[in-house]
Formats: sequence, structure tokens, C-alpha cells
Amino acid sequence: MKNRLKVLRAERDWTQAQLAEELEVSRQTVNAIEKGKFDPSLPLAFKAARLFGMAIEDIFQDEEGS
Amino acid sequence: MNKPKTDLGSWQASQKKNTVRLRYWTGAWVLSLALATFGPKMLWDFQTGLTLLGVVINLAVGFGMIVANKRYLQGLDEMHRKIFLDAGALSLGAGLVCGLGYELLEDIRLITFQPEISHLIILMCLTFLAGLIVGHRKFQ
Repeated sequence: MKNRLKVLRAERDWTQAQLAEELEVSRQTVNAIEKGKFDPSLPLAFKAARLFGMAIEDIFQDEEGS
Repeated sequence: MNKPKTDLGSWQASQKKNTVRLRYWTGAWVLSLALATFGPKMLWDFQTGLTLLGVVINLAVGFGMIVANKRYLQGLDEMHRKIFLDAGALSLGAGLVCGLGYELLEDIRLITFQPEISHLIILMCLTFLAGLIVGHRKFQ
């Protein structure tokens, strides 16, 4: 699954640690999601969408479908 | 949108608290196990009452450690919980397969010594540790 988390975070000038704090996960988890090594659960993806004020599909895209 | 907080947030603080709590409980359990193991021989000359007390304390502290471990696990984020679960599955599988195989070796007289439970525990600890390291590297 691809995602725009890194871009969105950079646009807001947030660090991984700050984003991790907001999402209530560890910095390592944010890093793994950004690199596409770990796919977040639906609740976590929704939380990220709420945080950035965007639709979930605007942040996360299925690689097979794209 | 507001910029996120930069200080140690509540989730991280809670994580730290769970880790410290688990560390103390584990340390206390190791000490209580040492007391129950060596106390009868070295401290109270096998007095039944004190020996029984040592065992009860060890079991009670062990139960506390299990609860602390459960809280620690519940406090982890989803990726770390997955790493923990994968490592646990590896450790359990290795413990079951190798433990029964090890026991079998004595039954079919391929080894002459009595299999020790401590060997199995060491194996399970090492496979759990290896599972954690592999899991962390996988998501790095």
C-alpha cells in the first residue's frame, strides 16, 4: 500500500516523532508506514485522515488498484 | 491546523510507565525465584514453612509479572504488537517442536542424560529474542 504520509508531514513541517505522538504510535511505526513496510490498520488510517483533514483514500492508495 | 506537541506526550509517557513497571516486576520475580531456589539450602535449612512461603511469594510475584506484561502488550502500538506476536509464535512453535523432540531423544535412548526444562526455557527465550530482532529489522 502506498501512502502520502511523508509528503503531508513535510508540508506541515512536522517531525516523525510529532506525528507519532498525534497518532499515538511509536516513531518507528510512523517510519515503517512512510516507507511502505507496514500497513496501518483501518482505525489508524482513519486517525491519520482525521489529523490531516483529508479523506482516507487521499492518503493511502492500494498499489494493486493503482 | 495546530502544530503537534513536542514534549513527551501521554501515549509515550504511558508506554514508558508500562515498560518501567514490567522491568520492576520481572526483576522482583527473578529475585523471588532465586530466594525460593537457594533460600531453603542457604538461608533457612529447609524449614517447610519458610520454603512454602518462598514458593507462594514467587508465584504471587510471577502473577504480578504476567499482569504487567499483559498491560505492556496492550499499551504497544499495532506494529510492535505484531512484532511481539510473531516472536511469541516463533518461540512457542520452537518450544513445542524442540521440547517434545528433546524429550523423545531420551525415550528412544539417543541421549543418556535427563532433559532439563531449563534448556527448553533458554531455547524459547533465544528464539523469542531472535524473533524480536528479526521483526524490528523487517520494519526498519
